[in-house]
Amino acid sequence: MRERQPKTLRGPVPRNKEDDQVVYIDNDSAPRVLFSGEDLLLEDLPVGTRVIYPKPPIEGLANPGAAIRYALNHPLDAEPLYAQLMPGMRVTIAVDDISLPLPPMATPDVRQTIIEILLELLDANGVDDVHIIVANSLHRKMTESEMKRMLGPKIHNAFYPDRYYNHDAEDPDGMVHLGVTDHGETVNINRRAVESDLVIYVNINLVPMDGGHKSVTVGLCDYDSLRPHHEPETIRASDSYMDPKKSALSSKVDRMGAIVDQHMNVFHIETAINNRMFAGATAFLAKNEDEFTEIDRLKFEGLKWTLSKTPAAAKRKVFQSIPSPYQIISCFAGKTEPVHEKILARCFEQYAVNVRGQADILICGVPFISPYNVNSILNPLLVQVMGLGYFHNMYRGKPVLKKGGVMILTHPCYDEFDHNHHPSYIEFFNRLLPETRDAMKLRHKYEEEFAHNPSYIEMYRRGNAYHGAHPFFMWYWGENGRQHIGKVIAAGAQNAHVPAMLGWDRAESLTEAIAMARSFVGPSPEITMMHHPPIVMADME
Amino acid sequence: MAAAAFYDLDGTLVRTNLVHAFAYNAKNQQGLLRSVTKTLTTLASVPLFMAADFYNRRLFNDVFFVRYKGESEDRLRYLADELFENAIRPSIFPGAYELIDKSRQLGLRQVLVTGALDLTVRPLAKHLKIDDYVTNRLEFVDGYATGRLLPPVMAAATKASWMRIYAEKERLNLSDCYGYSDSMSDLPMLSVVGHPTAVNPDMRLRNTALQHDWPILDLR
Repeated sequence: MRERQPKTLRGPVPRNKEDDQVVYIDNDSAPRVLFSGEDLLLEDLPVGTRVIYPKPPIEGLANPGAAIRYALNHPLDAEPLYAQLMPGMRVTIAVDDISLPLPPMATPDVRQTIIEILLELLDANGVDDVHIIVANSLHRKMTESEMKRMLGPKIHNAFYPDRYYNHDAEDPDGMVHLGVTDHGETVNINRRAVESDLVIYVNINLVPMDGGHKSVTVGLCDYDSLRPHHEPETIRASDSYMDPKKSALSSKVDRMGAIVDQHMNVFHIETAINNRMFAGATAFLAKNEDEFTEIDRLKFEGLKWTLSKTPAAAKRKVFQSIPSPYQIISCFAGKTEPVHEKILARCFEQYAVNVRGQADILICGVPFISPYNVNSILNPLLVQVMGLGYFHNMYRGKPVLKKGGVMILTHPCYDEFDHNHHPSYIEFFNRLLPETRDAMKLRHKYEEEFAHNPSYIEMYRRGNAYHGAHPFFMWYWGENGRQHIGKVIAAGAQNAHVPAMLGWDRAESLTEAIAMARSFVGPSPEITMMHHPPIVMADME
Repeated sequence: MAAAAFYDLDGTLVRTNLVHAFAYNAKNQQGLLRSVTKTLTTLASVPLFMAADFYNRRLFNDVFFVRYKGESEDRLRYLADELFENAIRPSIFPGAYELIDKSRQLGLRQVLVTGALDLTVRPLAKHLKIDDYVTNRLEFVDGYATGRLLPPVMAAATKASWMRIYAEKERLNLSDCYGYSDSMSDLPMLSVVGHPTAVNPDMRLRNTALQHDWPILDLR
């Protein structure tokens, strides 16, 4: 290992340094750590490369229970929760599913903390007709053990399975049509929730796309209600979908949420959590490599060596079993819009980093996890959604990458799918993508066939499979990235056919990928690396 | 072009199988001694049936249907409705109704392709509102079963051939058709449709489905 001089600052102070989280690589900079699926890479980046780091975690609330109680008693634009409760009333608590947060947080999960307080309050006010519904929308249903982990054994044993269960968007008797917006968007919502006197939604906001009207309007809806906004045109018109003010997706959901509010009494509890994704043995993953101590370097080398000797499935298992010690930094309750506005402000405070100027080449390490593969495999479609969807959309103002620039993703791109969780993805990838990658064509020609495929419906209902239409949504999720980016290079892909199927180029290594990118954009490119994870969003000047 | 959903029956849509139906008939023989003897013989033969089925479905048919030899057609018909009400109907997997409903909503013709006997399938097909079915049929001479099946014997590749002919006759596009089965012996049947699904599969079919990336469904 090379000897490095200790530094007093994070890298050299660069020209026009825009934010403390932005670092420019010079001759003396340490190599950078990138995720490549379940592996870690250590790469020397070209001198002048800009690396954008996530902000350090905002200090968590010292007493989350007190903050939650305060929020319930001092809601925004609503009566305190206790004042809304009456003996004998019917209450439904809807809760975000396992797609949030990532990786799953160390127990007790914030949802458990909130719902324990809620149940005490409901019990004290004589409310005993209470159901807890996981708002999984068309995501896979959570398994019993996952549900038990999320809310703890006490609630689980008291409520599961009759009063604590997953939403079922395909239950023929389980949905109610609430209306149609003036733009023709159909709003169908879970029957139990609609027929309740009060719906309490318990949310975790991991990224700014989460929460708000999306919680009920999407979390408890069916396929017909998702179609109006989970489609390519809406995604193209969202600049970006992580910026609700400029997101067509968000506007449509808000419009549909207004109909929900006309028919349902929703009390929204939203929480923001900090960026504390890594701690203990993996805490160095959130650090600037120039600030690595010798211990950090040893930990990194030890982890890298171990991973190199471990089979992929075992590595996946290990990574998925390390929970994140997230802390709650804010909790608001009350009416959906004002609550969401407050929480969004906290989210941006945690994630947004000032960045000046777009890049010609953007480098992102793709980790082992996405919202759609907790306890499962990051299959090729999910690698695509991480790159062209999430990473591309992590901006306000304008994309980090110039129009027509090159995105380099480090991932093995293994051709592996989880047959239980992602059966329709397999058919989508192998049957449809060889025919076309055109999102419009895919939507019009095949989406409904997949959505109504009886096998996929039954696998969603009875098993733990994502809905038949879900791979289409994943493809659309990458649509504005696909429209914007000139070339995507999968660095370190272990095969040629997966990148080819996705319409990408393949490079053996990051160095080769950068050389390929240079030949595409010109000899003196502006190169930027977004140091995900943890989460970082660029506030583009 | 129209399309259809082809279902195997035993183990796919219902928990019971050919042996259950035979055992029911054995138990309901006329005369106590006859009932006891026939039931015990059936029970004793179960390992043989299992071994034969594991080896080859045709061999199973050869050793199994011969047990019907001498049975009266009237009696079998008489017992068929009772068998359906008492044994088959309670054994229909809950998910089977939904699967068929969703499939029908897509405008697919519902077709059973099964090695079970026509006598036992008829009331079930009516109950599930199946549009068409093909089954095995016992040969009767002078009102008594000979222990042989009338051709074509529905098993393995014969099911697939029948489906091809049926699709041609009914102008169905097999690429748009769906197939559902629980057993490796139905691999040909699953292979001729565009949308094969392994339902409650045995280990061999599960492995094959995984290799071919077919959906695996549990209706139990």
